[in-house]
Amino acid sequence: MSGAAQSGGIDFEGLLRQALSPVDPPERLSERLESTLETLTETAFDELDSWEISAMRDPRNWVRPVVAGAVATTAGAGLVVMRARARNRSRKRNQRPSDPLELIERTVRDLAEEARHLLDRD
Amino acid sequence: MDKARLDADFTELYKAHLKDVYSYSYYRVGNHHDAEDLTEQTFLQAYRHFERAQRESDGRPLRPWLIRIAHNLAANHYRDRARRPQTSLEETEPTQPVRTMHTTEDLVEGRDELSRILEGVQQLPDERREALIMRFALGMDNREIARALGKTDGATKVLIHRAIKQLEEIVKTEEAIS
Repeated sequence: MSGAAQSGGIDFEGLLRQALSPVDPPERLSERLESTLETLTETAFDELDSWEISAMRDPRNWVRPVVAGAVATTAGAGLVVMRARARNRSRKRNQRPSDPLELIERTVRDLAEEARHLLDRD
Repeated sequence: MDKARLDADFTELYKAHLKDVYSYSYYRVGNHHDAEDLTEQTFLQAYRHFERAQRESDGRPLRPWLIRIAHNLAANHYRDRARRPQTSLEETEPTQPVRTMHTTEDLVEGRDELSRILEGVQQLPDERREALIMRFALGMDNREIARALGKTDGATKVLIHRAIKQLEEIVKTEEAIS
């Protein structure tokens, strides 16, 4: 291979390495990726919303999300942090709910999201 | 493995290889817009299957797996839309491929030469082009490229050798014409 690369006294592989130099990703990409992850979880909630909320009315359905929530609570690193940051940004925009029912609904929503992540992993 | 550990590992993978995936995507699709989409989709796909990949990797680096995801998504992208890169890299990003040039004296001549090489890379058959991107843009060794392309190490070595030979021929022809 090096014979081909050096043919004619030209370091062809060197030129190829220059031509294909690594490209820095734009800074907005990381933010966009985090945002997409956040959107995915929200979309997942929208899909789950109707049955999840109604299912939560039945105490027999409380176990799985509560376990998922407990597991998620112990997860303090990595993407969980990314998601939490994104969620906090979103919450700052929307302010804290004054209505207790709304607060409960949000809590249920978070548990449903985490439950979905755990189920995806299975 | 618990979720916290898994997420922390995925974050490490993301930080370590964002540039690799982006570089691969950029040279594969030929523009920043689609490269961003492809990079994003690659990491989302990777996140979904990360636990299994980590379990099955047996401690081996996951970069080839990550690049393989990008490779498959790029193939789907072209198959679904029945399209190839419509503009050459240097037309869309004139300074990007040559920004590592060391001297301004060489810039004009070097730009021509590097442009011809990039054009030549785009003319290669898909598999040869991808192998060269992995080798030269990402610095992957034969074993990593073999894993990413689902080939043996020997077949990969031959593939890269033939890709370089073909590219040299293309560039020589272009030089002769111009």
